[in-house]
Amino acid sequence: MKPKYLPLIATLVIFLLGYALCVAQYPNILSTRVIGNLLTDNAFLGIAAVGMTFVILSGGIDLSIGSVIAFTGVFLAVVLEHSSIHPLVAFAMVLAIATLFGAAMGAIIHYLEMPAFIVTLAGMFLARGMAFVLSIDSIPIKHPFYATLKGLYVKLPGGGRITLIGGLMLLVFAVGILLAHRTRFGTNVYALGGGTATARLMGVPVAATTVRIYALSGLLAGLSGIVFSLYTSAGYSLAAVGVELDAITAVVIGGTLLTGGSGFVAGTFVGTLIQGLIQTYITFDGSLSSWWTKILIGLLLFAFILLQKGIIYVSRHRRQPA
Amino acid sequence: MQTSDHILSAIRIEKAFPGTRALDKVDFHLRRGEVHALLGENGAGKSTLIKCLTGAYRRDGGAILLDGTEVDPRDTFEAQTLGIGTVYQEVNLLANLTVAENLFLGRQPRRFGMVDVGAMNRRARELLADYELDIDVTRDLASYSVAIQQVVAIARAVDLSGKVLILDEPTASLDAHEVAMLFRIVRRLKARGLGIVFVTHFLEQVYEISDRITVLRNGQLVGTRETANLDRRALIAMMIGRELAAEIHAPRAQTSEGPLRYRFRNYGRKGRVRPFDLDVRAGEVVGMAGLLGSGRTETAELLFGAHSADSGQAEIDGRAIDLSSPRAAIRHRFGFCPEDRKTSGIIGDLSVRENIVLALQARRGWTRPISRAEQNRLADHYIRALDIRTADREKPIKLLSGGNQQKAILARWLATEPEFLILDEPTRGIDVGAHAEIVKLIEALREKGLSLIVVSSEIEELVAYSTRVIVLRDRAHVAELDGNRLTAHEIVEAIAATNERRAS
Repeated sequence: MKPKYLPLIATLVIFLLGYALCVAQYPNILSTRVIGNLLTDNAFLGIAAVGMTFVILSGGIDLSIGSVIAFTGVFLAVVLEHSSIHPLVAFAMVLAIATLFGAAMGAIIHYLEMPAFIVTLAGMFLARGMAFVLSIDSIPIKHPFYATLKGLYVKLPGGGRITLIGGLMLLVFAVGILLAHRTRFGTNVYALGGGTATARLMGVPVAATTVRIYALSGLLAGLSGIVFSLYTSAGYSLAAVGVELDAITAVVIGGTLLTGGSGFVAGTFVGTLIQGLIQTYITFDGSLSSWWTKILIGLLLFAFILLQKGIIYVSRHRRQPA
Repeated sequence: MQTSDHILSAIRIEKAFPGTRALDKVDFHLRRGEVHALLGENGAGKSTLIKCLTGAYRRDGGAILLDGTEVDPRDTFEAQTLGIGTVYQEVNLLANLTVAENLFLGRQPRRFGMVDVGAMNRRARELLADYELDIDVTRDLASYSVAIQQVVAIARAVDLSGKVLILDEPTASLDAHEVAMLFRIVRRLKARGLGIVFVTHFLEQVYEISDRITVLRNGQLVGTRETANLDRRALIAMMIGRELAAEIHAPRAQTSEGPLRYRFRNYGRKGRVRPFDLDVRAGEVVGMAGLLGSGRTETAELLFGAHSADSGQAEIDGRAIDLSSPRAAIRHRFGFCPEDRKTSGIIGDLSVRENIVLALQARRGWTRPISRAEQNRLADHYIRALDIRTADREKPIKLLSGGNQQKAILARWLATEPEFLILDEPTRGIDVGAHAEIVKLIEALREKGLSLIVVSSEIEELVAYSTRVIVLRDRAHVAELDGNRLTAHEIVEAIAATNERRAS
């Protein structure tokens, strides 16, 4: 087996083991209802994490995601409350804004040779601030179209539902996997993660790729914001604080190397589900505090970082005898 | 279309860096279907010439003709699309991508807008079949040996450019079997009419593979010869810049030798330098001669513990000592001025004073700081003693000239009052006046009773200040010259002789 699949398989095994443990304690967890909810509840995180996967694969980081989600929610709430613009039009508008926002960050990162960390940190404050400018209150969204969208679902055997937003997340993951592994753009993303200088020498359009990566991350953060606003039916500028860190966690637990160049979009899906599973377990238990989620995720993160180090070590030493 | 059989011509190429003239009107002509070795010692201008040809550097003057038309590549990628492909010792591919992706990055076959991975892998296998390589192209490049990565890099370069292939020290990290494989590939490409430039410092490989040889020295063209008509001795003379007939006897005061202090027995490290025996007396300068890559620097680093030895033992005055790290070596009063002072010697942004006290402070430990007054006294003392030319001791050392930086590093080690001092190329890249001063300094230190090891490519210099010279070749100590045999002629003979013995 190729060593690069090892983290992905480890993630999958951990998820299945964890799921089995949960089922052993609460057999109800093994129902399509719970699975459907797992998808719905984590849809916004999953979608944002796909964008984050591309960013991290290229060796970057995007801290602005949570703020963009909050901005998107507030923007939609304000627009739908104060005007007669149809939600679909508002969606298109906010997606365009989020994409441009990401593209601008990508351009700054590349052309001004700034670290992604600091540029997207600025983006994080900027987007959060813009959300506050629009409104400081939590604004409910009562548009009838929202009710229609929320009513859309596919029924699963056993009473579970794949809601619109859950399905959308699955679609985004599918497209993300194709984009990463079946397009030149995807290979270029991995190439950047392998080493920008070498990638440039090999003719990778570094500038265009960098801008596109952050534009994609912005677009998906915007989409995630739309999903979040559908999920909560409200827009609030203090929402989704720290989602970028959850997304990074999902990516790393999913087996992507934080230094870039190695990983899978599919792994991020499992990483998202693992976080959702821990949350679900705590909900089922009822007596555990929610900070147990954080503790478990913290431990998992450590374990994965160690695993990655181990794999790098092993693969380095395996190729030495020439 | 072509009027000449030259596929690539570089005419009167000039390139200057601040303080040095790296290339001085160098001509270089490459025929189609030949392997052309480009030789010269470190700093001769080989890599600068290569970089000018591939666009990594912008040349200051001269012209490059490819297939008779003038070209001006602005970067290596453009050079590649023009037809000049380069493969470096350090493989410039992406280890995290698969072999096939590396071969076809940026030009993957597509179907319906998606990369056709099946077709790409098939084509990659076909391409590599031409290179006797039957490997799983869907694996990451990182999972293969450097030799295979090298071949993949060649395959990509040839597939992309297809006229000129530049191999920059491709064999430096390969074993004999891999070198043979590489050479089979090179011969096949030569038969296809490619012009191949081969940069190396392994002379027997030059004789094995090349048709012609061009030698550079100090940024100037020494000459281009047919390999068949150039024997090793003449080639080495071209490279190190002296005629064998001319002989200089430097009048040397043979000082009475002090007691034997340092004994190294069977000392070596796998892959760096073969085990050797070495005795060094007090008040003795032992020179290390040899071509680039012969193991001189490796020996120096081993003696200082920069790389720990995996065989043999070291003794001082009959007591076994541990030299597993530079810290351990410093405890035993060893000092080491490395070859490349820019990267491993000076700390450019620190002042002359801070650079000078660095090693002494390190030996004393950070819990016992050297007082500022003491630092000033030390710095002033050595600035005066070694005649370091600087406006004042607080000037950042990077603003000093090469010779003065070298003296400051020497001062750093002298401040620790070493008893065993290793100097690796102490006169590299400094002007002639400073040369003489460094040489005088080495003599003065020997007279003070220090034991010195000096690695140098400047053979006359070695003859001038060494009491003995050890000749290295192929990472082994092969000869020791002293007394009357210590002449530049004998050293060159020793380097060449071992070459010939290997070849026969």
